[in-house]
Amino acid sequence: MAKLILSLEGSVMREVPLDKERVMIGRKPQNDIQIENLAVSGEHACIVTILNDSFLEDLGSTNGTLVNGNPIKKHILQHNDVIEIGKYKLKYLSDAPGAGQTSVDEFEKTMVMRSPALAKTAASPRAADAPVTRSGGAAPFPAAPPPTPRPTGAPAAAPAAARAPEAQAVGAIQILSGPGAGKELELTKNLTTLGKPGVQVAVITRRPQGYFITHVEGARFPVVNGKTLDAQAHLLGDHDVIELAGVKMEFFVKR
Amino acid sequence: MTNLSSVLEVISLSHPGMVRSHNEDSIAADAELGLAVLADGMGGYNAGEVASGIAVAMLSSEMKKALANKKPGELNGAAAERLIVEQSARANAAIFQAAQSQPRYSGMGTTLVVALWRDNQITVGHIGDSRIYRLRGDSLEQITRDHSLLQEQIDSGMITKDQARYSQNKNLVTRAVGIDPEVETEVHTYPARAGDIYLLCSDGLNDMVPDEDIQLTLASLQSNLPLAAQQLVQQANDNGGRDNVSVILVRIVKDFSARSGWVAKLKAWLK
Repeated sequence: MAKLILSLEGSVMREVPLDKERVMIGRKPQNDIQIENLAVSGEHACIVTILNDSFLEDLGSTNGTLVNGNPIKKHILQHNDVIEIGKYKLKYLSDAPGAGQTSVDEFEKTMVMRSPALAKTAASPRAADAPVTRSGGAAPFPAAPPPTPRPTGAPAAAPAAARAPEAQAVGAIQILSGPGAGKELELTKNLTTLGKPGVQVAVITRRPQGYFITHVEGARFPVVNGKTLDAQAHLLGDHDVIELAGVKMEFFVKR
Repeated sequence: MTNLSSVLEVISLSHPGMVRSHNEDSIAADAELGLAVLADGMGGYNAGEVASGIAVAMLSSEMKKALANKKPGELNGAAAERLIVEQSARANAAIFQAAQSQPRYSGMGTTLVVALWRDNQITVGHIGDSRIYRLRGDSLEQITRDHSLLQEQIDSGMITKDQARYSQNKNLVTRAVGIDPEVETEVHTYPARAGDIYLLCSDGLNDMVPDEDIQLTLASLQSNLPLAAQQLVQQANDNGGRDNVSVILVRIVKDFSARSGWVAKLKAWLK
């Protein structure tokens, strides 16, 4: 289960498990996490937890809520996020340690969440002998949320984070011949097409291994360093010279 | 029977991804019939493959039979929708029964997305979180709406589409084929135009590759669909390939109106 560690100026005050669907944070006594400090609003923020996700919402507080230093209205909490309310810090820990036993393969498997109404109709004909929990991994809902641990670096699940690291050297193309000679084009996108549509087009793709050039259309294939390519993707090296649709250009890596 | 093989260019590709040992996705596409089916199975051991395999095999063979004796223009949008609903219900029943009768298949299920092109129209049926996108001009649009917890959270305003990328609940579908005695298929019919490119995919693609990159790939490589399909799968794998990834690309090469008489041609010309 996810939990919050409440601390003030570096010293831990208490640990709060997110065991309720809605956990309220504020100055007033009825809050689940009461923080008696004038900088904290009566009802300051709340955290709604649904299965594996916890959503933090600022309830229109006077002084606002920060996550990792940025003010937020609504935020999906990620492992190790630090919530700041006034001088207080709440660190969000997504799951019990030791949950890493299940492999990545297990935790991301698609599962069915059955609506209570459907589950009822389904269960009735085979009432007792068919427990709703199935070995196959179809998860009943909401009775027992699947024990799906997160990987330690939770945000890794996000496509943005999983993409080619930004640190990768950026490649570029410089036109060597023709009217556009001297022009430079940075290859910052995953795909960049070059050439004349209908005549000859090639695409340069940016991958973790480097930049590749592949023929897209036209009767003639691109030429790299004087050699004509086949239909396969070709890994570009620094200062390779490409000839495409009658234009020469040089690929190079920007430092 | 209508033959659409000169109208549709169809490319399909399925890959287990970089993490999983086996591929639980099943796909089938038939340019002649104007039919594409994609299913993403779930369940222990190899049950996921069995479920998606049954769904795709049944849908493609039964639809073929049903379409064989239909004349061009005989099957309008509503009839196509009925056909998809009927056949998905049969696949559902078959998978559900197999799951009930054999312990090793217990709990198996699958998502399903079916597209049928007829008479300048596309009829789309889906269950779960496998999707259809359409590239028209340079803009990419998601045609189906996932039956998933995440989509419900987006719909209710709890989270935005941007935040959804970081959700941990990506893998929870709210509807699937074969887990209950009955299933509700969502079906819609839309006009299709020459030049449209349709993409059917399992969540192994759209969980790993952001929509902007799918758009960029399809828009820049539309003249070479096999390369586009291969690039989509490669990007999913380059980004981690955490799930099986399957794509079916269908391009509408030209107008395929069923009314080919001179009146229709005149009307089309006057439009």
